Amino acid sequence: MSSIADPIAGAPAADAKAEAKSDTRSEARAKAAAPAITLPATGERELRLDLFRGLALWLIFIDHLPTNLLTWLTIRNYGFSDATEIFIFISGYTAAFVYGRAMLEGGFVIATARILRRVWQIYVAHVFLFTIFLAEISYVATSFENPLYSEEMGIMDFLKQPDVTIVQALLLRFRPVNMDVLPLYIVLMLFLPLILWLMKWKPDVTLGLSVVLYALTWQFDLYLSAYPNGFWAFNPFAWQLLFVFGAWCALGGARRMSRILSSNITMWICIVYLVAAFFVTLTWYVPQLGHIMPKLIEQWMYPINKTDLDVLRFAHFLALAALTVRFLPRDWPGLKSPWLRPLILCGQHSLEIFCLGVFLAFAGHFVLAEVSGGAALHALISVCGILIMCGMAWIISWYKHSADKGASKKGAAGNADMAGGGA
Amino acid sequence: MKSAQTMLGLMLLAACLAAAPVRAGDTPDPAPPAPPCDVPAYLLASESSLPKVTDAVKANQPLNVLVVGSRSSTIQGNEASAYPAELQAALKEAFPSATIDLSVELQGKSTAEETAGTLVKLVEAKKPTLVIWQTGTVDAMRAVDPDEFRTAINDGVVALRGAGTDVVLVNLQYSPRTETMISAPPYLDNMKVVAQQHDVPLFDRFAIMKQWSDAGYFDLFSTSHGVDLAKKVHACLGRALAKFVIDAAHLGPVQQN
Repeated sequence: MSSIADPIAGAPAADAKAEAKSDTRSEARAKAAAPAITLPATGERELRLDLFRGLALWLIFIDHLPTNLLTWLTIRNYGFSDATEIFIFISGYTAAFVYGRAMLEGGFVIATARILRRVWQIYVAHVFLFTIFLAEISYVATSFENPLYSEEMGIMDFLKQPDVTIVQALLLRFRPVNMDVLPLYIVLMLFLPLILWLMKWKPDVTLGLSVVLYALTWQFDLYLSAYPNGFWAFNPFAWQLLFVFGAWCALGGARRMSRILSSNITMWICIVYLVAAFFVTLTWYVPQLGHIMPKLIEQWMYPINKTDLDVLRFAHFLALAALTVRFLPRDWPGLKSPWLRPLILCGQHSLEIFCLGVFLAFAGHFVLAEVSGGAALHALISVCGILIMCGMAWIISWYKHSADKGASKKGAAGNADMAGGGA
Repeated sequence: MKSAQTMLGLMLLAACLAAAPVRAGDTPDPAPPAPPCDVPAYLLASESSLPKVTDAVKANQPLNVLVVGSRSSTIQGNEASAYPAELQAALKEAFPSATIDLSVELQGKSTAEETAGTLVKLVEAKKPTLVIWQTGTVDAMRAVDPDEFRTAINDGVVALRGAGTDVVLVNLQYSPRTETMISAPPYLDNMKVVAQQHDVPLFDRFAIMKQWSDAGYFDLFSTSHGVDLAKKVHACLGRALAKFVIDAAHLGPVQQN
């Protein structure tokens, strides 16, 4: 019905994007002469990535706090996927962008060495967060003995065996709630050298292998076990699909998909899917609507499995991403506006800000438990947390650009900084 | 004159003494004021039904309820104040002429899978009309694979139905202090799924307690070591559960004589 208007509306954005992509492509070709993969040119930062990674960090922080007013702003309330998908996808994209270049320029060994250094940083960050968590729950365990919750307090039993617990935490097998993203990220980054090496050979085959692994995970129920029992809350065998897909897009896949992305059919499929997902989500929050949903669809669809990255979630993320790429061109002037600056800054220092967010979520839980406050306090804590995250991001970037200036000539390290430290 | 005054005084005194026991007799054991623990109607409404319970009550047969649960189905040392006892009391109040038997089977450390295996034997032994199965907490604490958890709930429900009883599922408690340690959502979701699949009424204890906490009825963050809060919450839970069962069995005040 809108087939006449659409091409006109859709064309400029798509063209601009294709143009930008082909520019960078030819530059990269001239530079690296890699037939299989292409990299965008150095020097220009993809601010959209920073923007959405910053947004994902804010949303993850809000989602980790107890439900409050701001929770209604997070995307998980309006569809199947949530901020984790955005975070992992963009992480795959930027990691491939940074270390893919390193692999083309410096070779496999150099790139692997740099990736492993990054993995070590993330690991240390995770252990640091675990220490804070341990302090928090030790406090709760010693001061809180409500008979109503005598059963739930049994979760503290692991404190009776701190030796085992701490070793298991160092092995990434013991992970408290809300501390699942970094271990997933560590595992994905560990396999990044292999992924990049395969991508250099044949990107499409690599993506295909990733899809096969994803399918096998669902078919044979592959998982990583956790301590004291259970499994990893984000199954790396399944979530690698998003990470590899991000890497594939970064290494030229996005450009090759531009025709599909700019087609109106894609756009309408995405819109229809997002609207349908929205209505399904609505039935979760307005139980009175529950009976509208046909039982058959319910039985087929539920549960929407987050651990194994349900296809519905993946598709929801794809639809969101496709529409975003279509309606938000990379040279959108708003990206330079001071209003979006805090978000972009947060996205540029994602590892630090992610850790800070996890810590602030712990702290927020703690404050809410100690001070009985209403909805206003909940919202205030969320807003304060976000302000602290922005402040910290600003300080970190000040360190990088002013305090550390001239301390050392940054050659290779400058690259990692380019893509938000590759995190 | 003086004797008349004395007489009047004595008469008044006697009247007071006589009146006191009478007033007490009007309402035996004056109930403590009910704590404000209203539950929004949608949390107590269920599309599913409890045909066996309906039949038993309508035919004036004894209603035999079995509560199977973990430690959150009791208050240690105060079993008589825990929600199963409150449920029994509330059911008796609603059906004064009916016999309501209730027994509690606590399996403190069992996962849903372990409990599911014992259900048929329990039903054979106790012949309940209705089994109230409270589960999920142990599984959440042990981070059991949610898929396995769902299968276990599914098997348990099928076994109970096969053994000829009605089933009500009760999910986890809302426990804000342990929210950063126990991940409840996957278990809540999976119980909801099984309940939908088999048309089993699900008593959403989690949502109800969260509602009470948000509304400020109870301070569930309290560090108090006393048993008071537990008793009050269980009293409210028992009453809400009774309402839920009566509603699901379509035994509302209209049908009941």
